[in-house]
Amino acid sequence: MPTPPAEAPQFQRASDQSLLIYFGHQITLRAHEHVRRLLGLLELEPIAGVRNLHPAYCSVLVKFDALKLRHDDLEKMLKQYLDRLGTIDLPKPRDVEIPVCYGGQHGPDLMDVSALHKMTAAEIIRLHSSTTYVVYFLGFVPGFAYLGELPPALVTPRLATPRRSVPPGSVGIAGNQTGVYPFATPGGWRLLGRTPVSIFQPQRQELSLLSIGDRVRFTPISPEQFAAMEPQ
Amino acid sequence: MSIIQIQSPGLLTTVQDLGREGFGPLGVSPSGAADPLSLRIGNRLVGNPESAAGLEMTLLGGTFLFPQPATIALTGSDFGATLDGAPLAPWNSAEVSPGQTLRLASTRSGARCYLSLHGGIIVNPFLGSASTHLLSGLGGYQGRALRKGDALHVGREITSFRQKTIAARALEQLAPRKVLRVTPGPQSDWFPQSSLRAFYENTYRVAEESNRMGLRLEGHSIARESSGEMITEGVSLGAIQITASGLPIILFVEQQTTGGYPKIANVISADLHSLGQLRPRDEIRFEQISWDAARTLLLEQEQLLASDGLIVG
Repeated sequence: MPTPPAEAPQFQRASDQSLLIYFGHQITLRAHEHVRRLLGLLELEPIAGVRNLHPAYCSVLVKFDALKLRHDDLEKMLKQYLDRLGTIDLPKPRDVEIPVCYGGQHGPDLMDVSALHKMTAAEIIRLHSSTTYVVYFLGFVPGFAYLGELPPALVTPRLATPRRSVPPGSVGIAGNQTGVYPFATPGGWRLLGRTPVSIFQPQRQELSLLSIGDRVRFTPISPEQFAAMEPQ
Repeated sequence: MSIIQIQSPGLLTTVQDLGREGFGPLGVSPSGAADPLSLRIGNRLVGNPESAAGLEMTLLGGTFLFPQPATIALTGSDFGATLDGAPLAPWNSAEVSPGQTLRLASTRSGARCYLSLHGGIIVNPFLGSASTHLLSGLGGYQGRALRKGDALHVGREITSFRQKTIAARALEQLAPRKVLRVTPGPQSDWFPQSSLRAFYENTYRVAEESNRMGLRLEGHSIARESSGEMITEGVSLGAIQITASGLPIILFVEQQTTGGYPKIANVISADLHSLGQLRPRDEIRFEQISWDAARTLLLEQEQLLASDGLIVG
């Protein structure tokens, strides 16, 4: 059998009630656009028996009711959706600014990161806050946006030992990604700063501050500004 | 509307229903009862829809005062319950008179016991479900485990009480398993044959730090073949991921929605309820079965649950 072209989506059974669709195996904006389009189409025209969708960088996990659907049937139906990805109009990406107080108690890893890269803390902050990031997807915990990509000079490995609890609003980097922790969760990303803005709020109309496809920029603020903006 | 008063919450007691599906794109996992079969049956015993909310207790149960009459049922593991001092058997509906106290002790079998009440526990739903998601503090009763002094609303006053129980044969067939049946994971081929053999031949022990997010296992470390870097992808309930240390973690009801560890296998749907009854230090094994067998087992389980003979009385 000839190998399919790199562009052809691949299917992989993940469990007896879920199916993965891969748009290649690389983090690219092109794969991201396919993910967004498939997600958009499946939200617009839901498939009966599909129970949940887990988008990621270049894949979508589709969870289904195994009493109603089989992997093969679902794969056939999804192929028809994949053929029509070009027909959907994606919402225009929103621009979101997130204020961040870098360093000090709010960014406990800033000094280590600057030492690792042999740059001053100010240079690290300037690099991190002068890039526009794409929300590739929300995952891990409610409202956690995977933002990419970091400037190459900021690419940093995870902490060897993850923290047991990261304060909510902490802004971290890992590999070529950056993100904001919505809740106090365990976490292995290196923390550069913290935002006083609430990332996920059950009382808000828009639960999550960020949506897949949004463009995000971080704006440096002072500890005083942070304190003034922090919710009581 | 009546209430139930929490005099002592036990070790970890939360409001749970069958969870909130459909919010993966927001990073929200379904949560819900860790042993959904027990909750479904408990609801049937008290005349509720299967999806009504009840209380999930963990290892050590609570003490509850009923100021109004109620119809209740305890399902799942046997926590040595008493009603005003008289033993109360699980898997039966029971009538509670105003002023009576239900007291649960520590488990005599598995990890979780469910208290279902006619009318169900009423809380403000979050994304359509009453389930508590502890890590993010969402859903349930104020997004947290219950505390002494909490008072929860119960749906309706009882109408007429009917004694109901579960058929003994069904209970036997639905008993939680220690040999978990699995299908291959999406990265099974990242592991050499020797690792796969070790995974299926060895016994694993449930670690103390296991919770509703995931069950951490101790035992034989699993080596992987390729040193390839995983790209974070969506993960399924019951996925068995192999961490950097080589030890497995089974993703559970409060799971992260995406993850970056390779998955060697996935617990079949028909055995997911067994995960909810595993206690720290329990010993388990994995057995691989075919996709068709996994589906047949789920169909048979659901047929049993739908059968007329399930609930007697």
